[in-house]
Amino acid sequence: MEYQWDFAAVFRHGDLLIEGAKGTFALAGMAILIAFPIGLLVALMRLSRLPVIAWFAVIYTDLFRASPTIVLIYWFYFAFPLLVGVDFNTFTAVSLTLGLQTGAYMAEVFRGGIQGVKAGQWQAAKALGMGLGRTLRYIILPQAVRRMVPIFFTRLTELFKTTSLAAAISYTEIVQMAQRTASDTFRPIETFTVVALFFFTVIFTASQFVRFAERRFAVPE
Amino acid sequence: MDEVLRVENLHKRFGLLHVLRGIDLSVHKGETIVILGASGSGKSTLLRCLNFLEMPSEGRITIEGRLVGRETGTPGVMSYGTRELNALRARVGMVFQQFNLFPHMTVEGNVMIGPMKLRGMTEETARTLAHDNLRRVGILEKAREYPARLSGGQQQRVAIARALAMEPTMMLFDEATSALDPELVGEVLLSMRRLSEEGMTMLVVTHELGFAYNVADRVIFLEGGMVHEEGTPQEVLQNPKQERTREFLRSHTLFRLPDPAPEAAGHS
Repeated sequence: MEYQWDFAAVFRHGDLLIEGAKGTFALAGMAILIAFPIGLLVALMRLSRLPVIAWFAVIYTDLFRASPTIVLIYWFYFAFPLLVGVDFNTFTAVSLTLGLQTGAYMAEVFRGGIQGVKAGQWQAAKALGMGLGRTLRYIILPQAVRRMVPIFFTRLTELFKTTSLAAAISYTEIVQMAQRTASDTFRPIETFTVVALFFFTVIFTASQFVRFAERRFAVPE
Repeated sequence: MDEVLRVENLHKRFGLLHVLRGIDLSVHKGETIVILGASGSGKSTLLRCLNFLEMPSEGRITIEGRLVGRETGTPGVMSYGTRELNALRARVGMVFQQFNLFPHMTVEGNVMIGPMKLRGMTEETARTLAHDNLRRVGILEKAREYPARLSGGQQQRVAIARALAMEPTMMLFDEATSALDPELVGEVLLSMRRLSEEGMTMLVVTHELGFAYNVADRVIFLEGGMVHEEGTPQEVLQNPKQERTREFLRSHTLFRLPDPAPEAAGHS
């Protein structure tokens, strides 16, 4: 017997998925807000001339790179609160995990981007009288970031999809809500088709925007 | 007493390599000094020590009557503060062999960034200043272009304008024409000559002997990290006293065009 598709049942329970989508966006947004400054900071530490600082950055990066995200999520939800004596809600635990881990990845992207800028650029800025802060802000980072945009974006899409792991500790994001919708409607195939389309639409739209921005801010080289 | 720069017993070591071995130099306002020397003689290092892109290992540098840095316990060795050096570099212009323009900014952006971010100028004032200096090196019409669209000679003239916009007390040129196609060298040298004639204090490391002869007030020949010979262009380039200077000049003038024959000159 042929399968009878029925999306109507899913849409009747659409409020659940919408709530989940909001949770997913909130999570991804917060993780990005954490990841960018952490990434830049760790990259700069990694490039520091002081070995202690550079080593700290290496350890940070390797620690987060080596751990499976799901393990980190459990750890930050169950173990970390025991150590610091503060309970985390699921949102805090997961956004912290994803933010810190993506920060570690971002650090490598930033580092590559910064090192890709020619030494002469640092010298020219220095010769003008710029200190480290101004040199980074006006000269080095604008060039580094332009080059890093495609890799940044890849990392962000991965981050966006990884938010689904938050379902493991019952955070209200779209996959968690899809599981509920599926069991309420007995329509798992339709539900997850909708969820797949959700991820595709968001990431596709974002990638169009990134392509536009890349062209808009392109500089002749 | 209009001494802009005084260098006393300047030494620079890179590990065991002793590149500068006690340089003394005094430069007066408006002077153009050309520094010659074989590669490895320390001429670029000397220039880079003067705006502290390299830290001197030993010696005193006085710019506009002010000694840079503080004495440490060790005689001759100075310590330098970051702020002091940044402020000093803003007053000493530098032009590099590889231009080092900022590729993500337009030509005028390159010239405006220093005045805006380091001298606190408004965008408008900085733009006016940038255009003035771009005009000075004859490249105002490229103000809105990006550096990548310019020839090497044009890029180097923008780099000169960028340094000039800081209104420096002296300008350092580190082999400013060595990376250029031969036919682009002239326009850059011409801009430098005009600057010299305007009274800019300049230290120029170059292999262009013709420029040295025609523009320099004084020529310094470096050898082994020391001033080997020093004098007017006529003295050093035409009647060098030191054998090493003679040898250097011979190697630079091995192949020369003969003077045009009299009848050929008559046609022109």
